[in-house]
Amino acid sequence: MSILQYSRTKLHLALCGALCSVAIAAPLIASAAPAPQAAKGPAPAKAEVMHWWTSSSESAAVKTIAEAYRKAGGTWVDTAIAGADQARAIAINRIVGGNAPTAAQFNTTKQFLDLVEQGMLNNMDDVAAAEGWDKVLPETVLNVIRIKGHYYAVPVNLHMQTWFWYSKAAFKKAGIVKEPASVDELFAALDKLKAAGIIPLAHGGQAWQETIVFQAMLANVGGKDLYLKVIRDRDAKAINSDAFKNVLLAFKRMQSYIDAGSPGRNWNDATALLISGKGGVQIMGDWVKGEFAAAKQVAGKDFGCIAGFSSNTPYLIQGDAFVFPKTNAEPVVKAQKLLAKTLMTPSVQLDFNKLKGSIPIRSDVDTSSMDVCAQAGMAIMKDKSRQMGISEVYLTPDQNGALQDILTAYWNTKMPVEKVQKSIVNALKE
Amino acid sequence: MQIKALARKLIPFAALTPMAVVVLVAYIGTVIWSFRVSLTSSRSLPTDVYVGFAQYSKLFDNERWMLSIENLALYAVLFILASMIIGFLLAVFIDQKVKAEGVLRTVFLYPYAMSFVATGLVWQWLLTPGIGIENAVRQMGFPDFAFDWIIDQDKVMYTIVLATVWQAAGLVMAMMLAGLRGIDEEIWKAARLDGIPTWRVYVSIIIPMMAPTIATVFLLLSTAAIKLFDSVVAMTQGGPGTASEVPAKFIMDHLFGRANIALASAAAIMMLVPVLALLAPYVFAKSRRRNA
Repeated sequence: MSILQYSRTKLHLALCGALCSVAIAAPLIASAAPAPQAAKGPAPAKAEVMHWWTSSSESAAVKTIAEAYRKAGGTWVDTAIAGADQARAIAINRIVGGNAPTAAQFNTTKQFLDLVEQGMLNNMDDVAAAEGWDKVLPETVLNVIRIKGHYYAVPVNLHMQTWFWYSKAAFKKAGIVKEPASVDELFAALDKLKAAGIIPLAHGGQAWQETIVFQAMLANVGGKDLYLKVIRDRDAKAINSDAFKNVLLAFKRMQSYIDAGSPGRNWNDATALLISGKGGVQIMGDWVKGEFAAAKQVAGKDFGCIAGFSSNTPYLIQGDAFVFPKTNAEPVVKAQKLLAKTLMTPSVQLDFNKLKGSIPIRSDVDTSSMDVCAQAGMAIMKDKSRQMGISEVYLTPDQNGALQDILTAYWNTKMPVEKVQKSIVNALKE
Repeated sequence: MQIKALARKLIPFAALTPMAVVVLVAYIGTVIWSFRVSLTSSRSLPTDVYVGFAQYSKLFDNERWMLSIENLALYAVLFILASMIIGFLLAVFIDQKVKAEGVLRTVFLYPYAMSFVATGLVWQWLLTPGIGIENAVRQMGFPDFAFDWIIDQDKVMYTIVLATVWQAAGLVMAMMLAGLRGIDEEIWKAARLDGIPTWRVYVSIIIPMMAPTIATVFLLLSTAAIKLFDSVVAMTQGGPGTASEVPAKFIMDHLFGRANIALASAAAIMMLVPVLALLAPYVFAKSRRRNA
């Protein structure tokens, strides 16, 4: 089984070669063909949408958007590219090359800031004003998409990436009766799991997953103020403080709960350990619900979810958004605006996010039909003081990558904690 | 008559022009472009804000880059040595007029014909502790057998060497075999008449005579080592931690995911330096031979 899953993700790699060449060839073919709709007067708003939602649950989710867009009177042209980095690289190349798609997916982070600063995106100010985005969107997200007073992206979902998932079967076997309610209780539970011969922390040893564990520790051990000081303000004093040192030590302590097979493991293989009861806890974003659902496990019954261990633990959000490359062509602008409006429609938000595992971006969507974890997330989102972005919201991709390198080195080696603090100060100083 | 002569003179140039254009634009042009970008403060998109050599000093301040270079140096030495020795021995072995030479040659050369993205994945399975080789040996009755290099900080680079030598040794064998077959049979006969032991013939006569072949193989292996990327991505993704990071992966990561094309370009230019350093003596030796 694990081999099957290995090969599934690795196939993406192999496929990439083929896909990339298709993606490079596609615009050539497209530009060679004459543009028919220009001549035919009021054609339906045709939108070529570029995204990286290629797994089965993701493509089911994106289909709900395509369907809604068609119902709204548009034509949806789907350009799916496997791999987020790859998809973004192709989107940027096409935008620079003058053959931009109608809309392209990015994460709701600084990823598209350069494009905005170079004047390569259309803003959606009228749609934002007409739909009252300011009222329904979380402040953290607004701060990312609103640049110098203009709205440059349509966010579609909220993922929370530092959930603590646990297998109820594993907890039962280890004799843990109560869900841990503090970090100390979490460590106690992990010790019990270890004693029971279960892998306490089902962890995929890849750099980005280690960064998630780190952020979970920073949010839960360090708390909100320290989180903001380190990640948003990049404050050298806070990074050198004892409080942050404790966060790093707690992060390193988590490493003592992994199994030997952890390095290099994919996140879904780690989730599979929870599903089979071989692993106890996994710290990961809410996309793992897709894996649980595929194994017919139910939130609250077969597995539990903890968003944070105190009533003011930061809720670290990230998500996907669509940007609209600059164009003055009337039909394209019309298509872009129609798409922006469709993406934010409450019913689309609900259907899409149920399949994607995330929660709706709007605070006014009725989520009573969603699972208990999603509802817990929606309840936390009502408290504005807990909403905070993941590291990529505040750091440039480059700074975030440098932080990731340090954390994964610390996780995997015997690097002294003081050196880690020094390296982080150094990596984030500019 | 004169037109014909003129045409005959011009046709070679006409035939070579596309190649020359490709070299100028696609190779030299892009090198110049990369160098230009490396002097700017470009992030996702190229800009015209020049910052001198700031990206280079940042590059050599970067711990991951320095580690990548160390890893590459270790890798290159082991990979080139092991590939050449194993490839040469395979060639000598096949040159003994063994039966089924064609089959063996194909078997040895086959790894090179397959994409490393696929074979790297197989190697990853073989090397992952708990499954693969470790599990197989344990089931054979050695329950304490441990082979976990791929998750070991200090040994992970050796697993990459192992897998890539497996791939490259066949190609080295093919080239060395061609070199061995080019040696005159008379030399062997003369050596046998003088009663020189076989190993001595190889070391003192055959290998020196094969110097041009060995130089070519060395050059090919060196460039293959410097651009090492696919095997690392397929087998370890640079991990565990950053233990198997290499320069090419550093460049790819910064080019796209980390949206820092200026730093990536600076790194790419730095990778060009060892390639040129390797090529220069080769080209120099060739031109000298021609003049002589």
